[in-house]
Amino acid sequence: MLQAIDIKKRFGDNEVLKGVTMRVSRGEVVAVIGRSGSGKSTLLRCLNHLETIDSGSILIGGQAMVTTGEGGKPQYLRERDLRGLCLKMGLVFQDYNLFPHYSVLKNLTAPQQLVLRRSPQDAEQTAMLLLEKVGLAEKAREYPCNLSGGQCQRVAIARALAMDPEILCFDEPTSALDPQLTQEVLAVIRQLAREKRTMIVVTHEMNFARDVADRVIYMENGLIVEDGPAHQILGDERSAAIRAFTGDRAD
Amino acid sequence: MIYFNNPQALMKLVLSMQDGLITTLTIFASTLLFSIPLGMVVALLRMNRRRIVSIPISLYILVMRGTPLMLQIFAIYFAIPTLTGQNLDRLSATILAFSLNYAAYFAEIFRGGMMSIPVGQREASQVLGFTKAQTFFHITLPQVCKRVLLPVSNEVITLVKDTSLANIIAVAELFRAAKNEASRTASVEPLFVAGLFYLLMNGVVTLVFSHLGRRMAYYKD
Repeated sequence: MLQAIDIKKRFGDNEVLKGVTMRVSRGEVVAVIGRSGSGKSTLLRCLNHLETIDSGSILIGGQAMVTTGEGGKPQYLRERDLRGLCLKMGLVFQDYNLFPHYSVLKNLTAPQQLVLRRSPQDAEQTAMLLLEKVGLAEKAREYPCNLSGGQCQRVAIARALAMDPEILCFDEPTSALDPQLTQEVLAVIRQLAREKRTMIVVTHEMNFARDVADRVIYMENGLIVEDGPAHQILGDERSAAIRAFTGDRAD
Repeated sequence: MIYFNNPQALMKLVLSMQDGLITTLTIFASTLLFSIPLGMVVALLRMNRRRIVSIPISLYILVMRGTPLMLQIFAIYFAIPTLTGQNLDRLSATILAFSLNYAAYFAEIFRGGMMSIPVGQREASQVLGFTKAQTFFHITLPQVCKRVLLPVSNEVITLVKDTSLANIIAVAELFRAAKNEASRTASVEPLFVAGLFYLLMNGVVTLVFSHLGRRMAYYKD
């Protein structure tokens, strides 16, 4: 479904990704964990083409978004094809990034109409179904400024889903929320996991990663250090590196 | 006093200034019509990453904001016929100078407005598959309009009064009409009447902007 091969990315002197290789299969939920600055958000942004990589390859559904030949510069798809391919990816941001001048409903319908050319009726129908799913159908006419953070994030998830992405990515979706609001957002993501949606979740919520993810990727200093089934990476047999990260003694 | 104690004379004075008022409104409306879109284009060019584009634009803004508008009106009125051989009538020269000058101010206001929109708005649009043009017209521009409303209202109010500068190349606008009347009758009263007209126009401008402000208050950001 998604394949990233030897991705490198630097900002100035700081090499944030030092050669990251990962793959995600259809229906899999992958949690990416690691300290701040380990490169996990940058990785997610590269996969969604919010950052351009310095070298490596990214394939989405078997199609190359970017490839790097021998020693050369990365070759991205042409602008138009790139936009089409990136539509297979959805991204939910840490700070939601809802459009403040649009109502909740229009946040969901405008992208469908402008990008997917759906009719207003179809777009609204899809939007209302999704708002119902995240439990916010009664907020359709509200503006984002009148919603709580948790509600905003659920709208953002519905907005991403409205575009029918094949892979849904989350960039620390609960980091801006208090514990109670965190739970309502996690409940929605859990529901999506039960529906076998392919998801990549960058998160600090260890319990959530253990319970919901099929696989956990642990990153350190721009590299994937561990990659395996969640119960193995975060279970009782976890490694010293993970123990140090999660804060328990490595005895 | 010639006018203020004589309603009939006052009425005649006001009517005699009618043509001047229309010319003033023409300068005002034309300048807004040209300088706002031009200002938006200048702002976008100013933010262009290529220095070959942004540096000349910066220079243009520096010259327009850094020299007197009065001088610019002179320069355009006298320089354009010399340079191009084309004759430019006084009113057109005035509108051209005003539009170029105000576009520079609007450009900086718009640029500030655009830079104040969180980068996440553009990123969210990109991830949802918007083209750059769709992002600009549907996401950035409407939010910028709300953010620049107050500084733009300042400029528009200043523009109402600045139209009086056109009198230096003898455009028969409101202020010139008042001045002519004042020197003809050796009275300052026509100038006060002109002042009241400017005040009245800016009263209307203020009302329009507070209406726009209320219309954009449906969301907070």
